[in-house]
Amino acid sequence: MTESKPNTFRNQPDDRGHFGDYGGRYVAETLMPLVLDLEREYRAAQADPAFQAQFDDLLEHYVGRPSPLYFAERLTEALGGAQVWFKRDELNHTGAHKINNCIGQILLAMRMGKTRIIAETGAGQHGVATATVCARFGLPCVIYMGAEDVRRQSPNVFRMKLLGAEVVPVTSGRGTLKDAMNEGLRDWVANVHDTFYIIGTAAGPHPYPELVRDFQSVIGKEARAQMQDRIGRLPDLLVAAIGGGSNALGLFHPFLDDPDVKMLGVEAAGYGLDGDQHAASLLGGFPGVLHGNKTYLLQDEDGQITEGHSISAGLDYPGIGPEHAWLKDMGRVEYTAVTDDEALDAFQLLCRTEGIIPALEPSHAIAAVAKRAKEMPKDSVILANLCGRGDKDIFTVAERLGVEM
Amino acid sequence: MTRLSAAFSKSRTALVCFLTAGDGDTAANLDALVEGGADVIELGMPFTDPMADGPAIQKANIRSLGAGTTTADVLRIATEFRGRHPDVPLVLMGYANPMIRRGPEWFASAAKDAGVDGVICVDIPPEEDDALGPALREAGIAPIRLATPTTDDKRLPAVVDGSEGFLYYVAVAGITGMQQAAIESIEANVSRIKRSTDIPVAVGFGVRTPEQAGEIARVADGVVVGSALVELVAEHGANAPAKLRELTSALSQAVRTAR
Repeated sequence: MTESKPNTFRNQPDDRGHFGDYGGRYVAETLMPLVLDLEREYRAAQADPAFQAQFDDLLEHYVGRPSPLYFAERLTEALGGAQVWFKRDELNHTGAHKINNCIGQILLAMRMGKTRIIAETGAGQHGVATATVCARFGLPCVIYMGAEDVRRQSPNVFRMKLLGAEVVPVTSGRGTLKDAMNEGLRDWVANVHDTFYIIGTAAGPHPYPELVRDFQSVIGKEARAQMQDRIGRLPDLLVAAIGGGSNALGLFHPFLDDPDVKMLGVEAAGYGLDGDQHAASLLGGFPGVLHGNKTYLLQDEDGQITEGHSISAGLDYPGIGPEHAWLKDMGRVEYTAVTDDEALDAFQLLCRTEGIIPALEPSHAIAAVAKRAKEMPKDSVILANLCGRGDKDIFTVAERLGVEM
Repeated sequence: MTRLSAAFSKSRTALVCFLTAGDGDTAANLDALVEGGADVIELGMPFTDPMADGPAIQKANIRSLGAGTTTADVLRIATEFRGRHPDVPLVLMGYANPMIRRGPEWFASAAKDAGVDGVICVDIPPEEDDALGPALREAGIAPIRLATPTTDDKRLPAVVDGSEGFLYYVAVAGITGMQQAAIESIEANVSRIKRSTDIPVAVGFGVRTPEQAGEIARVADGVVVGSALVELVAEHGANAPAKLRELTSALSQAVRTAR
């Protein structure tokens, strides 16, 4: 599938929202006029300098961007190979990269005259970020969250409530991110006249994968400039964790046409790729249609979506953004997977070497970094996205480590 | 004349009845619908993620999949139904992923072999229909499209073009089995749609009672009832056929005497 290499990897999707064979707008007819409207409005916003100015201003003064680029000296020493650098998106307001996208989408919602916001959330980071921007702009907000995730991520549930959001636990299916997204789509289809759905990752019907990627690309644009500024060159390898894939695309996209920059996306291998208790859609799934787009999915031979597993609620999703599906087939990005145990080890390694408690999602990236750094020369440079902080995860980690809190 | 066009060419409105395949004794339940007077059978293909369905049909999907229903089982239910009822039109309704998993051509040909007359796919809009729709047409199966209250006049031609058998008008912007739309809105939308197509228009979503069905039958070519029937299957299990026959008869009576 890599026989015809394109001139650029940065001009996707096409005008129908397709990334090669992936993406598209696989939604019920009720939603079609709305996603077409959203696309028109997004094109208008892209061409409107005032929209970009307001987005940039909020990112700087409300989110706290640019996020630092940090050389992890002690981790580098501990690993004994490549230099490890982090893009510190866990220092953003609300503690993860999710807020970048929420700022962009709520500005779009207001442009469209929508007065009610809904969102789905897995780990709760996107729910918190959505509740935050809704509070900031005074819009009512309903967050759908799988009942199992409500249990796993209770601190984030309370945060959302403090911010004025209504949190609706979803009990259908296994009660995780996929089921929350189904319920979000059901709400949207019944409330299309006044409701804007802030999707949290670079997936869903076109134009969501594109616009989420664009809003998150601030990560990679900053990192590119910061790298040039700090070491006078681009990194050799970019690493990011992948659930739906928005933080990874945000980091990767501005570098896609730099042939010397390799990229590694890290999926959640859960208890291991050999069984079915993992959330690695690209490495363990097949192309199919779910939640408005065609992409790699965890599914059985009849096309029923299967329930994966990851210690990280934010990676526990049976699909993947369609641009990753395309980048995988094109061979531009390499994808690997990391188990729960490896992620837990990496979590503790970063705590102890750098004094940073990472979220379980980037702990997967850090685990992959630890493996790769050892195989790379000392003058090579790895840049990983530290896309969320771990405060929300300490209960999960304590439970897995057998610690009573 | 196809089985579908025959069902819609009568001088009265057609009653379309939906059940989820593999939820309870589907063969007995479908027979009860036919005995009660259903003109078209809509057989739901269970899916793990029925995004357009309300609680009643969601649960039916979960029960069916929980009982181990496979695509082969759905096709077998269809084949056996066709054997027992050579003249009753049978339509499969479901979501894209189970339909395209082995390839749209495979699905179209398997459905044809099972005696299926039409296919409604909830999440393939005209914009994405360059594989499934053509495969169905090639196999001689009617691809049945959905129009909704949000389908404006500009979009309507794209939806109507390529729809065969009948057009399914989704009366409410929402999920199945919830509130009913006002009859005025249904009437206005059905006549709007009929100005742009000659194919029959069936109305569904939120139709639960004979009274509602009768009201809609005055303005549409078909009335679709789903959740109310699926709830009877959930509630009455092995005794569902008698209840289904009873409700279908009442629905059929209301639809037949509507105009």
